[in-house]
Amino acid sequence: MTDTETMTKLESYRVQLKCSFEQIDDVFDDCLEEALLTFSEQGVKDFLSGASLVCMIGRGFEPVLVYMEELPQIVQHSDESMLNVISKCVWDLSRTPNGKSILPFLQSLPEAARRLGSTEQLQHYIDIVFDMMKNTTRSIHGHIDTIPSDGLPEFLNQAPYLLNQLPIEGLRNWVDYGASNYRNHPERQKDYFSLQSADSRAVLQRERHGTLFSDNERKLNLYLKGLWQDSDHFVPYSMGWDELRKPIPYYDSLGIRVPDVYDDKDGIRGIDRYRATIAHIAAHRRWTEAVFADNFSPFQRIAIEIFEDARVEYLSMQQYPGLHRIFKTLHPVPPEGFCNAEKTSCLRYRLAILSRGLLDLDHGYKNADINDFIGRFHKTMETANTTTKDMVQLGISFIARTKQASDSFPNVIFEHTEVDYRDDNRHMWKFIEEGDEEEDFDDKKQFERDEHETDKLPPRHYPEWDYNTKTYRPDWVSLYEKLHYKGNPQIIDQILAKHDALAKRLKKLLELLKPQQMVRIRYQEDGSELDLDVAIRSLIDFKSGHTPDPRINMSHRNDGRDIAVMLLLDLSASLHDVPEGCELSLLELSREAVSLLALTIEQLSDPFAIAGFHSDTRHNVRYLHIKGYSEHWDDDVKARLSAMEAGYSTRMGAPIRHAAHYLENQPADKKLLLILTDGEPSDIDVDDDKLLIEDTRKAVEELSSKNIHTHCISLDKKADEYIGDIFGKNNYTVIDHVEKLPEKLPQLFMSLTR
Amino acid sequence: MSDQDIEQYKITTEPFYKSQQDEVSLYQAAYDARLPVMIKGPTGCGKSRFIEHMAWKLGKPLITVACNEDMTASDLVGRYLLDANGTRWVDGPLTTAARIGAICYLDEVVEARQDTTVVIHPLTDHRRNLPLDKKGEMVEAHPDFQLVISYNPGYQSLMKDLKQSTKQRFSALEFDYPIASVETSIVEKEAGIDADTANKLVKIAHAARNLKGHGLDEGISTRLLVYAANLMNKGIEAKSACRMALVRPITDDIDIRDTLDHAIDSVFA
Repeated sequence: MTDTETMTKLESYRVQLKCSFEQIDDVFDDCLEEALLTFSEQGVKDFLSGASLVCMIGRGFEPVLVYMEELPQIVQHSDESMLNVISKCVWDLSRTPNGKSILPFLQSLPEAARRLGSTEQLQHYIDIVFDMMKNTTRSIHGHIDTIPSDGLPEFLNQAPYLLNQLPIEGLRNWVDYGASNYRNHPERQKDYFSLQSADSRAVLQRERHGTLFSDNERKLNLYLKGLWQDSDHFVPYSMGWDELRKPIPYYDSLGIRVPDVYDDKDGIRGIDRYRATIAHIAAHRRWTEAVFADNFSPFQRIAIEIFEDARVEYLSMQQYPGLHRIFKTLHPVPPEGFCNAEKTSCLRYRLAILSRGLLDLDHGYKNADINDFIGRFHKTMETANTTTKDMVQLGISFIARTKQASDSFPNVIFEHTEVDYRDDNRHMWKFIEEGDEEEDFDDKKQFERDEHETDKLPPRHYPEWDYNTKTYRPDWVSLYEKLHYKGNPQIIDQILAKHDALAKRLKKLLELLKPQQMVRIRYQEDGSELDLDVAIRSLIDFKSGHTPDPRINMSHRNDGRDIAVMLLLDLSASLHDVPEGCELSLLELSREAVSLLALTIEQLSDPFAIAGFHSDTRHNVRYLHIKGYSEHWDDDVKARLSAMEAGYSTRMGAPIRHAAHYLENQPADKKLLLILTDGEPSDIDVDDDKLLIEDTRKAVEELSSKNIHTHCISLDKKADEYIGDIFGKNNYTVIDHVEKLPEKLPQLFMSLTR
Repeated sequence: MSDQDIEQYKITTEPFYKSQQDEVSLYQAAYDARLPVMIKGPTGCGKSRFIEHMAWKLGKPLITVACNEDMTASDLVGRYLLDANGTRWVDGPLTTAARIGAICYLDEVVEARQDTTVVIHPLTDHRRNLPLDKKGEMVEAHPDFQLVISYNPGYQSLMKDLKQSTKQRFSALEFDYPIASVETSIVEKEAGIDADTANKLVKIAHAARNLKGHGLDEGISTRLLVYAANLMNKGIEAKSACRMALVRPITDDIDIRDTLDHAIDSVFA
């Protein structure tokens, strides 16, 4: 083909691209050349018509350029059908208010294609983007979308990172969570999709692939404790946020640092990778003694580290041979001769080969020096009681023997040299001269924080159930627990005096309930003692020729109550209401009822606690401690009860979960959570009534799986509509005559626990 | 009592027991002085085997009573039973032992209720007799009679403890799982397996014993190690035998189970 022919051919293609920006002309030749190399003839046609479509959206030359530059790459990882799909997507995007997102969308695609690696997966990704856009684009009057999605550009910018961390289903969940929870909060939506907000990271963590540290913390503690007789804090660090320098496990006086997630690798499960890391660190802690670093060159130090790593692993594999398989699989296999000593520094690579050889007896390396040192290492290890000092000797002579001039070259090969389960060996070295890297300002901070810690309890975070997505919103509600402030205990005494008659009646009922320690069971064929009356009767029967009753023994049975009770009071503002036909407000009635109930339970000597709660949005749920299990029904408790105040709203899930964690720790056989409320769960930051009802229902379900029985006493006459859904058919009581509450509540309790 | 009755309580073949420290001579001295002995220690560490061994060594009959919550004083002392001619007294194990001069061994004595345990008091001090109030008889203990009780202080609840007045009638020996080398040879001898496997089993047991109090009430006992070895002798593969005999019986906790399974995989690689 002559130059003129090429020119005409190019021009004929240029004509097919209906786009007249000058900037396109500059790069058209190069882009087309790449396209011609990658695409079929039909592909090139689609490519050009696609670019024309992108040009037609009228957003300047840039989208066209990006389209033309990126598409060949994308198609390499998918197929040519993407040419049309993507140009159509760009067109669709331009028909919405989200024009600003076109460029980020196009720019996220090559990375997405590379990570996902198939056409279907890429299509899924595009679907996610469009669904998200649809869900977050808002309109003013309801029919025409007018306000662009705030999160979309942020999301597209984060997409490469997210795709790296999440499987595609996880990505969908993450996006759906943000889109549905922050639809009406533009700023929060931005925070979420730019990974700034805490719950965005929490959901990301949940959806992540791999073995999460947080799911396995106990197992790993048990592993360290059981197999290594060692214990220390584990401090997870995140693998995600620092792309340039991946952190390495290490330990120091503050604990053992491990990654927050391990994916399965080469058939080794994530949990076993954790165990390998911990085994390596535990072995160091057991067998490594720190040596002075000042006299060694950096090269000598890394060589010594390699030998020491091999030594502690050798010792740990002697104890637990099963580790060998795991270590061997996780250790890279550096091929010999991969590193060119003329141009690059091969020291690191040489040491990796050595390290592999020390670990794996079938290494097959030919290098005489390497083999010599492997031999010397094993010879040393065969003598018992090796120390770190032996490895220092080996390390120094290895460097002396194999030193090459190129070792100090700046080019270093990192491939095949990273042993990712090993720690960074910082504990191995001690220095005569203290460095200036000392970070003593950290210690001060720690001290300051300690001073304030006694003031109040830190907030506890509880999840909340979202029935729309059928998922928990992690750490959604912040609950603050504090002691209820005190009033005058005499008020309660007066109340009790007022209800004296009722109290006496209750007391009589109580006598019936009180446990009778030993109960005789008669008519037993096998028993602890002979029941003489029956025995004589049988004997008479026997002698007179009748069939005797063989059940002539009796035995004893312990009959005790073993119930722990928690009474949770809804202290929301509606308690101030005075119901029709009553003189007292709901609050006062509840207070009377609770006083009587407390008196009753105290007499039964069942373990018993009282707490109140109210909420002011999810950020401030207050849990007020009135009586604890270890406290008696004394003036302190009465004082707190007398000061009972109503205010704010009723977010019920988190207080129930919090109360359950106290109840859970009670040693009783039966556990009962009584909830006294006057309305349905609601809070001012929730528009959807059903959300908190469903969350409460979920909380009750959680409790019953922990063997805690929940019973609700509602003062809301309309409660029948929803309360059965929350607590279950038989687990609630609606009190219609509220003025009867002081009498009803203790009776109810007794009938529940009879 | 016929002689036949005594013979059935005698131990004829030597039960295998490997002494850990000087417990044999200590017990011997206590027996010579006819002091009651209390043996404490975790489950499956060889308490009962030790008593059997000592009874064999001393050539005395041994009467063992496994105590439980439903046991009453009459289960120990004896009771009237009905037969065709009216009622008939039958001695309980404690009375029999006192009459024939046996070693009476109350296994896991705290399982019995405290008021039951009190009946042993007159036998454990200078009186050395047992009043049978229902029968109206005073049984004087045979000169060879000795009372031994055992219990496991590890897992019992607060409710289950001996009364001070009971405790203070006994001399006590405290047992624990033997040190690794001794335990290895015990497993080796008792189950008849090779030393290497026995050593590995002991290693797993140590991993589990480290977890005591972290979700495990008791570690893997020597007895379970012997069970595992027995399963291996029947041709079961080592890892499965360990899972079946060592891990599954002691825990329902998934995390602990996984950790111990991993310990097995690490040790039997």
